[in-house]
Amino acid sequence: MKVYTTARTAFRALRRNPMRAMLTTLGIVIGVGAVIAMMEIGAGSSAALKKTIASMGANVLVIRPGTASSGGITFGSGSTTTMTPEDSQAILRECPSIRNATPMVRARAQVVYGNRNWVPNAIYGVTPAYLDVQDWSILAEGDPFSERDVLNGNRVCLLGQTLVRELFEGESPVGKEIRIKNIAFRVIGVLTPKGANMMGLDQDDVIIAPWTTIKYRVTGLSLANTNQSAVAATDSVNTLSNLYPTTPRSLYPERSSIQQANNPMPIRFANIDQVMAAASNAEEISAAIEQISLVLRERHRIRPGEPDDFIIRDMAELTRTLSTTTKLMTNLLLAVALISLVVGGVGIMNIMLVSVTERTREIGLRMAVGARGRDILRQFLVEAVVLCLTGGAMGIVLGHGGSLLVRTLLNWPVETSPSAIAASVLVSAGVGIIFGFYPAWKASRLDPIEALRYE
Amino acid sequence: MELITLRGIEKTYQMGDIAVPVLKGISLAIRQGELVALTGSSGSGKSTLMNILGCLDHPSTGEYWLDGQEVSRLSTDERALLRNRKLGFVFQSFNLLARTSALENVAMPLSYTAEHLSDRAARERAAEMLARVGLADRLDHHPSQLSGGQQQRVAIARALINHPPVLFADEPTGNLDSRTSEEVLQMFERLNIEDGITIIMVTHDPKVASHAQRVIRMDDGVILDEASSGGPGRESKGGGA
Ligand SMILES: Nc1ncnc2c1ncn2[C@@H]1O[C@H](COP(=O)(O)OP(=O)(O)O)[C@@H](O)[C@H]1O
Ligand SMILES: [Mg+2]
Repeated sequence: MKVYTTARTAFRALRRNPMRAMLTTLGIVIGVGAVIAMMEIGAGSSAALKKTIASMGANVLVIRPGTASSGGITFGSGSTTTMTPEDSQAILRECPSIRNATPMVRARAQVVYGNRNWVPNAIYGVTPAYLDVQDWSILAEGDPFSERDVLNGNRVCLLGQTLVRELFEGESPVGKEIRIKNIAFRVIGVLTPKGANMMGLDQDDVIIAPWTTIKYRVTGLSLANTNQSAVAATDSVNTLSNLYPTTPRSLYPERSSIQQANNPMPIRFANIDQVMAAASNAEEISAAIEQISLVLRERHRIRPGEPDDFIIRDMAELTRTLSTTTKLMTNLLLAVALISLVVGGVGIMNIMLVSVTERTREIGLRMAVGARGRDILRQFLVEAVVLCLTGGAMGIVLGHGGSLLVRTLLNWPVETSPSAIAASVLVSAGVGIIFGFYPAWKASRLDPIEALRYE
Repeated sequence: MELITLRGIEKTYQMGDIAVPVLKGISLAIRQGELVALTGSSGSGKSTLMNILGCLDHPSTGEYWLDGQEVSRLSTDERALLRNRKLGFVFQSFNLLARTSALENVAMPLSYTAEHLSDRAARERAAEMLARVGLADRLDHHPSQLSGGQQQRVAIARALINHPPVLFADEPTGNLDSRTSEEVLQMFERLNIEDGITIIMVTHDPKVASHAQRVIRMDDGVILDEASSGGPGRESKGGGA
């Protein structure tokens, strides 16, 4: 007996009692509907959550110099100056799990435009790769600076939305000049808004500029930590450069001839505050950490057994917490769905048992005209499955409609989940088979003579 | 040619500790093309014998040869197959599927047939069968829209759909009035004469039995006697017309 014929027979049998079939499948309808609605709403909110995490740089690793210590006193992270821009390049080059990396120099200074001023949260000196690392490549306005700007130490910058608001009052800042520590910077672009991060820090309150510019013109602290007169030296360079802005700048701070004569110190590297690297995806983070550690230990010539002179931080903790919450929610929903499906399944079983009893004579007749036990078994099983699938389909429609309603009425983020729909179809078929089996088996075991005589 | 041969058929039901013998050694031969009536008082074992003949049940002991095959020891599935191909059943209470058209009722056994007919072929065959029992204009009627006699004719069409050589009818007129009974019996006679179908029917009504060429009387699980009689207006005849 063909499956198609069986399915059609099943449909006919169900059509004989449409009201009862409807009521029977209500459990399945509600169960599946709830699952679909919850899955879509859940998927929507988890996508929104993921976006929030991504905006904070979920896959971003921050590599900072380690702590210096002297006589048992540690000076805190960043107190050694061991990270170089070359480290950043090496990390990008040699770590397959790293998508992009940028050196970073941080500064904090007053920014002036016209008669207004503002002290942003941070001024970041980076390479153009920073925008990719932070998933910030799309600008609200203007263009990002280039590698050439970095090499030349050009005085260009990108502004965060907060600065645009505070300094420009709705005017477009692109092409305007702002002054940071009395050094003129041309604004060439505006960042898209990111909002506050999880800690409430305004991520839009930033200026981004080539790291060379920030380091040698704004902070000017590279060697100044050890030699106060170097500050004056770099400052004088900056003043000169204001006079001749087209003169290409060398990467390293120039020292006065007296300084160089007094203190013939070979410049080994330009140290930076930290390296920011983006792993290609969340799963690669731990691999990336290992690779970076390996590369940096080798570059910094750290012998086995010696501690690292750098610290690698990631957002794993935060991501883990959030994904645990999401998982808990999903499991809870799953439990609720399972219960409602079991209840629905018991309803199906009940009605199928009633149906078998009711149709005992029909079963006897079918057996008399040649149906074997397995034909009867299949017929009732298919009937239960058809019943469940119909319920499942109605549930999918109901659940989807519900989630759309939630979206339009409550403005919640909602995302259609094809896997949830596929799973619902499979699960309702499964419920049909599991709970339809016993009644079908009972039907198939009937004795045709008894069945035909049944009143 | 003998279509059916029974040798020493016994059937005993076990009711707890007590064995209830219902058939106590039945031997019988029925030739192809016969129209046989099985009569006897209620409880004499007619239906039990019919169930064995119809391969719905197997005897406790004895041999049953059907169409050259010993069938008393066949498995349940083999008997189902045999019923589908070789046997037709007509019941006292029609046993039509409610809320299902006459056409679909008649085509129903085809879904259990090994060789699959296309949907259209099945419907054509069912329509043809209904035309043969004079219901060509009632294809889409549901049982509730048909008279008792018409319902029984639909049941006959259903029994004939696989062209079985034998038709079993247990009290086919039990639920019908005398006029529609007559209709159904004439249908049996026609099928018997025109198509050579062997018909075995159970009845306790002598008037119904008088339509048969051969009347077997049973009492308390044994065959009491046998009488050959021509039905009204018909000669006794062997073989298929
Ligand atoms: N399944 C059964 N179990 C026990 N006894 C049965 C069963 N079926 C029939 N009988 C008994 O067999 C006898 C004959 O029944 P049946 O063949 O139906 O008689 P009839 O059709 O001639 O009226 C009855 O006495 C009945 O009680
Ligand atoms: Mg009887």
